[in-house]
Amino acid sequence: MKKPNDIILHAVTKVAVPIILAFSFHLFFSGHHNPGGGFIGGLAIASALTLLFLAFDIETVRANIGVDFKVVAAIGVLLAVLTGVGSFFFDAPFLSHTFDYFNLPIFGKTELATAVLFDIGVALAVIGTSVTTILSISEDR
Amino acid sequence: MSWLHIMIVMPFIFALLVPFLYKFFTPRIHTGWFVFIVPLVLFLSLLKYIPAIADGKTVHHSVPWMPSLGINYTTYMDGLGLIFGLLITGIGTLVVLYSIYYMSKHRESLHNFYVYLLLFMGAMLGVVFTDNVLVLYVFWEMTSISSFLLIAYWYQRKKSRYGAQKSMLITIFGGLAMLAGFIMLSMITETYSLREMFNQVDVITAHSLFLPAMLLILLGAFTKSAQFPFSIWLPDAMEAPTPISAYLHSATMVKAGIYLVARFTPIFGGNAEWFWTISSIGLITLLYGSINAVKQTDLKALLAYSTISQLGLIMCLLGLGSAALYFGYGDEATVYAAAILAAIFHLINHSTFKGSLFMVVGIIDHETGTRDIRKLGGLMGLMPISFTLTIIGSFAMAGLPPFNGFLSKEMFFTGVLNASQMNIFSMNTFGLLFPTIAWIASVFTFIYCMILLFKTFMGRYQPIKLEKAAHEAPLGMVISPIILASLVILIFFFPNVLSHYLLQPALIAILPIFAQSGGIDVKISAWHGWNTELFMTLGIVGLGTFMYIYLKKWSRVYGLFSQRWTLNAGYDFAIEKMERFSQGFTNRYMTGFIRDYVVYIFAVLIVMIGGSLWLFDGIAMDISNDAPISLYEGGVVVGMIIAAITVLLAKSRLTAIIAVGVLGYLVSMLFVIFRAPDLALTQLVVETVTVALFLLCFYHLPEFRKETVRMRFKLTNLIISIGVGVIVTIIALSANSTRLFEPISSYFENSYDLAGAKNIVNAILVDFRGIDTMLEIFVLCIASLGVYTLIKLRLAGRD
Repeated sequence: MKKPNDIILHAVTKVAVPIILAFSFHLFFSGHHNPGGGFIGGLAIASALTLLFLAFDIETVRANIGVDFKVVAAIGVLLAVLTGVGSFFFDAPFLSHTFDYFNLPIFGKTELATAVLFDIGVALAVIGTSVTTILSISEDR
Repeated sequence: MSWLHIMIVMPFIFALLVPFLYKFFTPRIHTGWFVFIVPLVLFLSLLKYIPAIADGKTVHHSVPWMPSLGINYTTYMDGLGLIFGLLITGIGTLVVLYSIYYMSKHRESLHNFYVYLLLFMGAMLGVVFTDNVLVLYVFWEMTSISSFLLIAYWYQRKKSRYGAQKSMLITIFGGLAMLAGFIMLSMITETYSLREMFNQVDVITAHSLFLPAMLLILLGAFTKSAQFPFSIWLPDAMEAPTPISAYLHSATMVKAGIYLVARFTPIFGGNAEWFWTISSIGLITLLYGSINAVKQTDLKALLAYSTISQLGLIMCLLGLGSAALYFGYGDEATVYAAAILAAIFHLINHSTFKGSLFMVVGIIDHETGTRDIRKLGGLMGLMPISFTLTIIGSFAMAGLPPFNGFLSKEMFFTGVLNASQMNIFSMNTFGLLFPTIAWIASVFTFIYCMILLFKTFMGRYQPIKLEKAAHEAPLGMVISPIILASLVILIFFFPNVLSHYLLQPALIAILPIFAQSGGIDVKISAWHGWNTELFMTLGIVGLGTFMYIYLKKWSRVYGLFSQRWTLNAGYDFAIEKMERFSQGFTNRYMTGFIRDYVVYIFAVLIVMIGGSLWLFDGIAMDISNDAPISLYEGGVVVGMIIAAITVLLAKSRLTAIIAVGVLGYLVSMLFVIFRAPDLALTQLVVETVTVALFLLCFYHLPEFRKETVRMRFKLTNLIISIGVGVIVTIIALSANSTRLFEPISSYFENSYDLAGAKNIVNAILVDFRGIDTMLEIFVLCIASLGVYTLIKLRLAGRD
């Protein structure tokens, strides 16, 4: 297969991916109070990665992002479960969340919630599973 | 645990040891010698109970098994149980002794044989000594199973397997019916204990479940005891080794049904239904068995049919005797109670002479290599002991003096003659049938007894047709039949010993109305004077001899009955048809096409849900609470309808995929309109991914037979899909119109206070109902791992 010279695509990708990633992070962190959250955030990150895979070939991306996405999915699930298990240490039922407000050095008064940990698990699981699926199928030639 | 419990359990425990004994002592010592101890010990310890039982005492012990369900392992011994117990252990001892010489220790797998035999013995003892009906049922089925195993002992033979299967199907069928009857009885009386049921006879008789319970229990008894028309399994069970035929299929297992009928007589007896069912079925069986026995050419088949016939006789007597309960205690009751007495007496007699006859037939088979009457003959001089034993056995069976069969046959005639005088249960109309049929059956009984004796031992000796040169059996093999045959004679001369110690207590157990008065005085004597019974016997001997001499002339009558109309043919036909039908039926609907199964599923959905909506008046249309439809919503819905129709009518798959995508995006538009931003976002991304995957699948469709034709039209599919759509719409509308409770969403509006989140949806997802989310990411993970493994690990298809 001859390799077309898609320099414009590469250039646009290089600009677009950080923007998408930034938007994804925004979606993820705003999830607590605004539309968004772990699931959609994770999907958006996965779509950024997919764009990378589309623009460059799989090996190049693999060389730069040395992550096994199956492991990512597993870590995500594990994190979600451990968040649930964590509540046992405080004599609370499984998956009880708590939250409070802290004065952090840079951010000022900030709300920190254990639900975010759970959400991170969800996001990682979503990223891992969707990228694994897409990669497995596209590698199947 | 009482000694009675231990007695029942002992054969089971010993059965566990048998394989080890076999392993260590074969071929030095025949395993049977070890097994021999068990029934002997049991028999001797049962003898110990005789005096106490004869004094009217009963033995009764209970061990809790499932106390919370009211099921206790309660043993109970009265006169009836004792007789059966003695028969089981006594004949068991003799059979084991006989089998030691019959079964070769070099060629046969004796460990199997004795394990099954001991299982059977224990189960049979359990049946007769158990008070709890459910425990009784457990033992009952164990006799069926061990009998199944024993019939198929030579499992390499096709006929053994056939016979075993047949007996299994029939007896288990009856056993299950019996279980249902037991459960009905315990529902009526609220107890599982037989003795407590006896105290509630009035309650049972008045209950509406009385008749079903009675018939179901009788079904169990009739199948086990090979009564007409369930008798067909018994001749096929003759494929078992002969000791087994002697033990199970003449002396013990087939009498389990008799035991059951006798045991339940106090409950059901005295009613016309019980009287008629048992006595008429018994009489039919008696006639059917004796007529069929005459035409058999195989000795064991002849004995099998004679067993059927004799069991019918006993059953008939039990039925006639149950009339005594109708009258209560009195002179009339005593007259009919004699029938019960005759039944028990004949039961014992039959076990003795039939056991010995089977053993003799086994000896003949063993020493000549055949059981075919046509090949046998002239063995009198060669096998004198067997000949003597056969004379005793067959004359006793035919009902001739000086053998015990004579006494019980006379008592049988007394019973049927008394019954013909009865003026209850509309017996004055049919009463005369009883002595007539009984007499005809006895003539046939006489004939087959003579066939058994003379065709085997008289006539010409034909050594060419025999596999082995005939000679007398070893001593050990003839000991058991000699003991049984001497019992046959002893009982004739001293019947009153038996009647005092065994028959009377059993009679009281069957007819408890005699218990208060200390029983009836039973005197059995060989000589009654010149009465009707004696003349009947003389007539039997006369006509029987005449018919036997001219057997060749008239036996051609049997050829007139076509083989196609026998009960066996009916059974085979039914089995074959059932198999064919179920196979055809399964093939008809299990087509292998997923399309058809989907049609079934949806059709059931339509019928069940639509039907229940219709029946319970669930359809409701209330649009007063509904929100007004805005222009945007209307527009999106019209778009969705267009997209959906496009999917249906699309000519190429690509169009359908794109239309599905359009549908998905329009759904996310709906989410936007209905103010569900999270859903809209997710729906957008997920729809994109799905469409991409669809396209991938489309791209990879195989080259050959790539069809770009429009979906074919099918009426069923149209009806089904419209039906499902309509049903689902009706459900949605009705559910929306009938709100029973306030929704709980108001609680989640506190999400900021409770979970510190302003986004309710996210708060619900990760906090209020986090477990759902957790499991959903499991699902995602499993799905992606599934995709990964499906694609990476194609071991089979890799080339």
